[in-house]
Amino acid sequence: MKNLLKLTFALVFVFAAFTSCNNTKSSDSKSGALASNVAEKVYVAPGEHDSHYAFISGGYSGNLTVYGLPSGRMFKEIPVFSQFATSGYGYSEETKPMLNTSHGFIPWGDSHHPDISQTAGEIDGRFIFINENNTPRIAKIDLKTFETTEIIEVPNSAGNHSSSFVTENTEYVVAGTRFSVPIPQRDMPIKDYKGNFQGALSFISVAPETGNMDIKFQVLMPGFNYDLSHPGRGKSHGWFFFTTYNTEEASTLLEVNASQNDKDFIAAVNWKKIEEYVNNGGGTMMPADYAHNVYDEHTHTATSTMIKEVRVVNPIDVPGAVYFLPTPKSPHGCDVDPSGEYIVGNGKLSANLTVHSFTKMLAAIEGEKFDGEAYGIPILKFEDVLAGSVEQPGLGPLHTEFDGKGNAYTTFFISSEVVKWKLGTWEVIDRQPTYYSVGHLTIPGGNSGKPQGKYMFAMNKITKDRYLPTGPEMEHSAQLYDISGEKMELLLDFPTHGEPHYAAAMEAGLIKERSQKIYNLEDNKHPYAALSDADTKVVRKGNEVHIYMTTIRSHFSPDNIEGVKVGDKVYFHVTNLEQDFDVPHGFAVLGQNTSELLVMPGQTKSSVWEPTKVGVWPFYCTDFCSALHQEMQGYIRVSAADADTPIKWSLGEDIE
Amino acid sequence: MKKSNIIMLLAAILPLGLFLFPLWKITLEAPQYPTPLGMYIHINDFSDANPHDIKNINLMNHYVGMKYIPDAIPEFKIFPMGIIITCVIGLLIAFKGNYKWFLGWFILMIAMSAAGMYDFYLWEHDYGHNLDPKAIMKFTNPDGTQMGFQPPLFGSRDILNFKAHSYPQLGALFLTLGIGISFIAYLVGKKRHKKSLTM
Repeated sequence: MKNLLKLTFALVFVFAAFTSCNNTKSSDSKSGALASNVAEKVYVAPGEHDSHYAFISGGYSGNLTVYGLPSGRMFKEIPVFSQFATSGYGYSEETKPMLNTSHGFIPWGDSHHPDISQTAGEIDGRFIFINENNTPRIAKIDLKTFETTEIIEVPNSAGNHSSSFVTENTEYVVAGTRFSVPIPQRDMPIKDYKGNFQGALSFISVAPETGNMDIKFQVLMPGFNYDLSHPGRGKSHGWFFFTTYNTEEASTLLEVNASQNDKDFIAAVNWKKIEEYVNNGGGTMMPADYAHNVYDEHTHTATSTMIKEVRVVNPIDVPGAVYFLPTPKSPHGCDVDPSGEYIVGNGKLSANLTVHSFTKMLAAIEGEKFDGEAYGIPILKFEDVLAGSVEQPGLGPLHTEFDGKGNAYTTFFISSEVVKWKLGTWEVIDRQPTYYSVGHLTIPGGNSGKPQGKYMFAMNKITKDRYLPTGPEMEHSAQLYDISGEKMELLLDFPTHGEPHYAAAMEAGLIKERSQKIYNLEDNKHPYAALSDADTKVVRKGNEVHIYMTTIRSHFSPDNIEGVKVGDKVYFHVTNLEQDFDVPHGFAVLGQNTSELLVMPGQTKSSVWEPTKVGVWPFYCTDFCSALHQEMQGYIRVSAADADTPIKWSLGEDIE
Repeated sequence: MKKSNIIMLLAAILPLGLFLFPLWKITLEAPQYPTPLGMYIHINDFSDANPHDIKNINLMNHYVGMKYIPDAIPEFKIFPMGIIITCVIGLLIAFKGNYKWFLGWFILMIAMSAAGMYDFYLWEHDYGHNLDPKAIMKFTNPDGTQMGFQPPLFGSRDILNFKAHSYPQLGALFLTLGIGISFIAYLVGKKRHKKSLTM
């Protein structure tokens, strides 16, 4: 008994010693000279610019946010799939069509994976694409104006998650479906899922000059869940790789039922082969219904067109086009290294990280060494395509990015860390904690043949105690690491907006040079634009009243309007005559049921107002535009529905 | 052709550079304009240093009641005529005249340039002082007189939140060189004339 007590004391003492030792160590690493060096690495002096842009998806905010690295400062929120009252996006007459779908107007979206356009395997900073997960859509943002200029709905898809990744010359932006569904959609029992549901992988062509998107073809795959994807590059250019889970084809309690198979698949799709097949008339046109919304930068107006058919391809009709690579345990991220040789399957329930070899895959296909088939698609043998595996690197691997120097960086959701490992030798080099439960990570230039491997940032799902508390709901955290050395170094912890699902990033140069300052008035082809004060007018068409209005420091023209009646639909078409950088004017009228407008120099935007009450109602500029911003106001008189007040307008004189 | 006449020929041609390059530039700096506003004055035109600068200068200036910079002024017709006429005279002198005529052309050019500068000053003064009585903002000098916003004729000056710079450009250099070289032509010609007398 005495011995037992002694032993206990000894053990407690030893533990205490270890604990205190650890404490000292950890507090040391957070202070002193080291910490101040780290501060210098992220310090961007006032007035100076960050070296990199980061475009971080807003997840369930539906938008895309623009950050600077290394400072972690947010510069802009670009509205994409959600209405945005700040600018009037999705509220103004011009931008409402952007949010049109085959399900009608949808004010919200779930944006996930931004990807920057590429030329010859390098990111070129022209466009950024992003997917909407919930009501499947792909958007294109023009990085000249940082505005969403095109959105295409993806038919036959559901849970548009393995999207929107571009091929190395931006030939295609690819969108895969996470949820398989009946194709075409029909009324059928859910329990008949297996064998009846299908998953569509959509290849959306991007016109080289304009960037215009068009669904070239959809590959109708077996009813698995296509989780993530990445293009082949370099030697594997022409292929696309998709991870799958739920190869069990369960339709209920997926957390258990979709976790039964020891291995799911990575689908390797030879899109060049299918493209050739399609160019020769292959595939079938299938009735469909999807919206294609295009914003014209000259009319400042979007139009929405409904398209009624889509070309679909059955993969077994194109021999040699699709193969399955067995990959352990419901792989999530599907990442291809800069050389195009290695395809990393991040098996989220697996203890090891599986890496396939493109060369071995081709050899296995050549040798026709198949391990059966699934719905007519050949399954390659796991051992034949395996390049190697990283043994027990962490728990819950999700995503991998590359630094272009032969290293890979994988996030581990459960063990909340980023692990650096070496391609080819599969050895773990370093690990750094994240705070907490990291999802995606981004290295500038990540999805390309030439990553710009100076920084890496991890985007987390859980924030907890990282910042001053803000009640139960808080922004997610992200951590920036310096990866220029052998070991990763944590530099900065910054909050993001919405859910920072994934991000694309690049060196600032290309985008910065091209960024537009104003819209030229001479190029304004908006049908309701007033290009000078002389063009301003008020026109009645039945119960519609169109007000052609201009703004310039510091007045509206006209600013006194009469002759509007209760029950009218009043269109304020506001043209900003300014031609100076960063001089927007805003417009708001009392009782407006939409949002304000924020009109950039040279731009025209329209807001509809349906007055319900007789009176004289003020309107004003919402943007603090000048020293006389407070004076930038006007009145609109609303008469009774049966009144005969004539239409009149003026500026600088009393209405007579 | 005599050496001095060749020099005079060069002198007569150089002012034509005014049709290729701006004469003057006025630049306005302020904290809100990281890229300063600027206006070039050509012999026959005003132009933006950067797109829309004149429009933006007008927008700024209307607060204190300054008139818009006009699209055209009579000088844009008179000045080019003056330059062409003096150039033709210069050419005639270069071919036909002697060094005394060179001096005459030199004096003519000096007089005309001075008149031009005076005219420019008058316009600037009017532009800076003849303000709209309904101006949004009225400023007075410490002595109670109305504050003027005349840009400097030459050099730099603070005007409220702006720092205004007014400096000659390449066109003016061509003109000055032309005038200067005509004087050299005169000196060379005179020296040669003396030489021929003593010989």
